[in-house]
Amino acid sequence: MSDITEDTVRHLANLARIALTPDEVTTLASELAEIVSAVEKVNEVATADIPATSHPIPMENVWRDDVVADELTSEQALTGAPDHDGSRFRVTAILGEEE
Amino acid sequence: MSDITRLSAAEQSVLLESREISSVELTKAHLDRIAETDTDLGAFLYVSDDALTIADEVDSARAGGVALNPLAGIPVAIKDVLCTLDMPSTAGSKILEGWVPPYDATPVARLRDARLPILGKTNMDEFAMGSSTEHSAYKITRNSWDRTRIPGGSGGGSASAVGAFQASLALGSDTGGSIRQPAAFTGTVGVKPTYGGVSRYGAIALASSLDQVGPVTRTVLDAGLLHDIIGGHDHHDSTSISDKWPSFADAARRGARGESLKGLRVGVVKELDQPGFQPGVTSLFHETLTMLAAEGAEIVDVNAPNFEYAVAAYYLILTAEASSNLAKFDSVRFGLRVTPSGTPTVENVMSTTREVGFGAEAKRRIILGTYALSAGYYDAYYGSAQKVRTLIQRDFAAAFAQVDVLVSPTAPTTAWKVGENLDDPLAMWLSDITTIPVNMAGIPGISIPIGLADEDQLPVGLQIMAPAREDARLYEIGAAIEALLDAKRGSTFSSLTPSRAGGVI
Repeated sequence: MSDITEDTVRHLANLARIALTPDEVTTLASELAEIVSAVEKVNEVATADIPATSHPIPMENVWRDDVVADELTSEQALTGAPDHDGSRFRVTAILGEEE
Repeated sequence: MSDITRLSAAEQSVLLESREISSVELTKAHLDRIAETDTDLGAFLYVSDDALTIADEVDSARAGGVALNPLAGIPVAIKDVLCTLDMPSTAGSKILEGWVPPYDATPVARLRDARLPILGKTNMDEFAMGSSTEHSAYKITRNSWDRTRIPGGSGGGSASAVGAFQASLALGSDTGGSIRQPAAFTGTVGVKPTYGGVSRYGAIALASSLDQVGPVTRTVLDAGLLHDIIGGHDHHDSTSISDKWPSFADAARRGARGESLKGLRVGVVKELDQPGFQPGVTSLFHETLTMLAAEGAEIVDVNAPNFEYAVAAYYLILTAEASSNLAKFDSVRFGLRVTPSGTPTVENVMSTTREVGFGAEAKRRIILGTYALSAGYYDAYYGSAQKVRTLIQRDFAAAFAQVDVLVSPTAPTTAWKVGENLDDPLAMWLSDITTIPVNMAGIPGISIPIGLADEDQLPVGLQIMAPAREDARLYEIGAAIEALLDAKRGSTFSSLTPSRAGGVI
């Protein structure tokens, strides 16, 4: 059985930067416990002698010439931004008052 | 000539080249069909005003004797996961509502270069997370065959659009079956190319080591014609394969001539032919095997013992990669920003934005992925899942040492009723058991329709799988089987699409 509790979910939600509601935390804790016990099955066959595959078609050292290409103008890069000052993305305060 | 929408793209191409129809007429016919049918079908999130302009330009070019791609002037629908310069690209998520990207995805750019008018963007499960298109943040899409059913997912919009003759061509993306399973459910053709065969540049990433863009059509030849345009090396995608590819349309034409099945070694994966599958699916699958044997194919049973672990490993790898890929939706550079009251920090804004902007399935998968990657659990979950991936690749390698292609039902069931599996995420995930191993190994797979299940008269798909880089084999064998079934039936599969009241399908 997995060890997923509501505290685990709150911790994970904080790492993932999602402000879950208390109801969501409760639902996710029970769903994740069920899902994690199902996916734990991988450990039945994933023994130490088997190498991991991170990528389906192995490739190494994919290079291209070091030339400027496909650049966006600042204007293009800012078109989808929720807020900007004409040349830079604008965000709210990085540090809170207590910090 | 309103019935030109019923023709395959290859047939439409012949009429365009002989000037019996114009691209403007063809494009107008499809736009009219979308206007007539999409209120209840719900395949499109956005319909473009620009398609007729492009069609008109193609007609002028043709009149001027310009050499054109065979599909030039034939309208195409694009899954909303692909970035388009002149249309919103939301991946079915509220967090990207209204976002118009500053660049085109490579497959889209290649369609524009080949001068295909783009009809619009099709609906999908949010960030391609789902098997029914019910997890779209905008609306559900209904099955082109039966409006009470789901069209499959995540690419239900593209599949239903093509199934309902709103377009003869569409693009999809397939991370664990999102092209093939909707193809099976809507009686259409869908291809998941070899990983790296089609550029992922501009495809909003779900799981980078699994995602692949591919064609959605009503015939195998049309899929080949479309793949010939979108495929091939792209320096924008470092996982793009630099090999020179053969013409997939030529492979389909070769298959349709009927010589390809004699002596072909066809492997039946026992783990994907289970007693738990819907009886009508299993019986059509076995009828197809009997037909192949009668054509001189050698049917061989093969075992893939590690496929049993594929779904578990897939959901660990997918959620891990998705949690990382979706971190970019941080309310800074694009998409939604929701600012909570008081004096919030950028982190508060980010958390609130992601709470409001992501749907339940996206949150579920991000949280699971975060767990799988967190300190202390990484080796047990993500690391073990990657080892299972090795085992699945070994199972495929052993099978392809004995046979030329592998086959299975594309999905364990036919399309289920709208709402049926929604409150059981695990049941929904298990519906991809037949398609997931292909993505885990990076090999190509195709789904073609093989008939209607006895118990519900809904389409059933045959999945054909080939070794990596052997996509042409799928087109050849797929077209050979399609031609046999068409000959036996005396008509195309899509001509069976049920009529709808009022003369609209």
